[in-house]
Amino acid sequence: MWWRVGHEDHVGPDPPRSEWNCLLRAQGGREDSRSPCSRGRGVPRPACILVSAALKQGQVTPTELCQRCLSLIKKTKFLNAYITVSEEVALKQAEESEKRYKKGHSLGDLDGIPVAVKDNFSTAGIETTCASNMLKGYVPPYNATVVQKLLDQGALLMGKTNLDEFAMGSGSTDGIFGPVKNPWSYSKQYREKRKQKSHGKNEDSHWLITGGSSGGSAAAVSAFTCFAALGSDTGGSTRNPAAHCGVVGLKPSYGLVSRHGLIPLVNSMDVPGILTRCVDDAAIVLGILAGHDPKDSTTIQDPVKPFTLPSLTDMSKLCIGIPKEYLTPELSSEVQSLWSKAANLFESEGAKVIEVSLPHTSYSIVCYHVLCTSEVASNMARFDGLEYGHRCDIDVSTEAMYAATRREGFNDVVRGRILSGNFFLLKENYENYFVKAQKVRRLIARDFVNVFNSGVDVLLTPTTLSEAVPHTEFIREDNRTRSAQDDLFTQAVNMAGLPAVSVPMALSSQGLPIGLQFIGRAFCDQQLLTVAKWFEKQVQFPVIQLQELMDDCSSVFENEKLASVSLK
Amino acid sequence: MWTRAVWLGLRASAGGRRGFPSKADPQGSRRVTAELIEHLERLALVDFGSQEAVARLEKAIAFADRLRAVDTDGVEPMESVLEDRCLYLRSDNVVEGNCAEELLQNSHRVVEEYFVAPPGNISWPKLDEKEPFSHC
Repeated sequence: MWWRVGHEDHVGPDPPRSEWNCLLRAQGGREDSRSPCSRGRGVPRPACILVSAALKQGQVTPTELCQRCLSLIKKTKFLNAYITVSEEVALKQAEESEKRYKKGHSLGDLDGIPVAVKDNFSTAGIETTCASNMLKGYVPPYNATVVQKLLDQGALLMGKTNLDEFAMGSGSTDGIFGPVKNPWSYSKQYREKRKQKSHGKNEDSHWLITGGSSGGSAAAVSAFTCFAALGSDTGGSTRNPAAHCGVVGLKPSYGLVSRHGLIPLVNSMDVPGILTRCVDDAAIVLGILAGHDPKDSTTIQDPVKPFTLPSLTDMSKLCIGIPKEYLTPELSSEVQSLWSKAANLFESEGAKVIEVSLPHTSYSIVCYHVLCTSEVASNMARFDGLEYGHRCDIDVSTEAMYAATRREGFNDVVRGRILSGNFFLLKENYENYFVKAQKVRRLIARDFVNVFNSGVDVLLTPTTLSEAVPHTEFIREDNRTRSAQDDLFTQAVNMAGLPAVSVPMALSSQGLPIGLQFIGRAFCDQQLLTVAKWFEKQVQFPVIQLQELMDDCSSVFENEKLASVSLK
Repeated sequence: MWTRAVWLGLRASAGGRRGFPSKADPQGSRRVTAELIEHLERLALVDFGSQEAVARLEKAIAFADRLRAVDTDGVEPMESVLEDRCLYLRSDNVVEGNCAEELLQNSHRVVEEYFVAPPGNISWPKLDEKEPFSHC
């Protein structure tokens, strides 16, 4: 088995202590509360539970927490993670949450917890743009079901996060509000490595992309401006930026979480995604979001229990599959080395690790290309300038108005996909392209069924080919080429509707995060997360060190006691 | 040692299939004619706007043609991953409504409770307002 080939490569530095780490404890980023700065690494404790406990004990108030996050949002504004910051809304929600805590009637683990939402989820009274001119200024009259569920739990909505226009992309570089910058570009870990390699080059021009399309959400969580964020995932849009930003990115099973209010890209594959700093937090948020929604007929009606994750003890019952087709030539040697290291880790702890085959998975990108553009062509027909969104000034005829509105409203990528989709849906092409792709989709999905029927519990794969690349390098290729490369390991999961999670494993030799992906059986999200949690605990991914960026962070945390909130 | 062989073998086979973008497959790349462009623009109500956009479509078609390599004889198309479950239909009762005012607020042109559209009986291509560019 290839993964048994010994790899003793250096997989990540042990970052030194920092003031920033001390501040993290309040956000649940550290493990040992009694000797907070004795170790640079920290197993992320469930931040939501931690902070929620602190809120219950009155060590910190929701308003203080909210203000702290607002302050961090301002300090990290240049990351461009947020399109809209809903400061007033958040502060008002915090005030209400505070009242509840004072009465001892908190609504649950998310009461008073700052969250962010990707700007393709409808939010009542808050502008929802999809990073497109088409929806600039659009204020939805209703909340997406997932947003409503977060608010019903008392979560504080900090704002709407940046993305590729209509979530079409894999870099978070193709929206009208400009690209999102990866917080790791400014981390001590990356900067130190860069200093060793290059001398005197302009640092700021080397900022890295976040991946996408939920890059704003990933950056927001990574830079501590919120505790959890919603993304969306059609081909990997939650898992890809999670891997690049060193956070956990969960794509739940299709049908488990409502899509009502998520502005659709590909209806048969879209799922709301969850980005957090640790697996337990993702499970908490999933427990709140999951379940049947009368407004989304594709949500399943099975009752959903809260997703509490047991600790894995008996590893001998676990069977991990390693799909051999994911070992592609484009995979960076570092990612490959970490991947095999992870496989070895499971094996050495008693799990059964076997090589499996997903023979059709290599066609998922081209299959997706046809299905995505076809559904996009249909979905985007709603944007005509009449009822909402952008409307041009041309008034000679309805069709001329439609056409000019759509030319002004959509970027090249969106227009290109609409045109391709219309081509694949032409009467003479429908069978050869659209139906053909649907057939290939079944073969891709069937591969997974076969593998899981053979006794495999969870698949282990890379999430991305390599770590995040500088923006200057990323934009050398066009959107479609980039998406084809970047969705390579993530897309097939959407074809089959399976749950998958990207967990950060280690830092590359450049000091940048690398994540691995676990794929589970349909609707076995809890089992998947249990394995992911075990893995997270083993690898002890280092905390991002942003103190250079936050050199005056002491002023953020004026109240000393806030900086030392812990569960003890 | 055989593991090494697998790895190399994969590298060789995958290299042939992937490596996108590749040159358009001469078999797969059909000529995108002026009629086709016009037809698509009419259907999509989006214009190509440039020769690059036409080239992009040609590339997109050539890419999609790779699907032909997959044997799908006897395979049923898959529309939804939930195909083995009953689709939930809610009962046909009005549970929400009376929000006309809210909805109308998002429109640029309304009169009373109506959305206002320009004249509807003139088809788009007749009005030549597209940016001209040479069709191939």
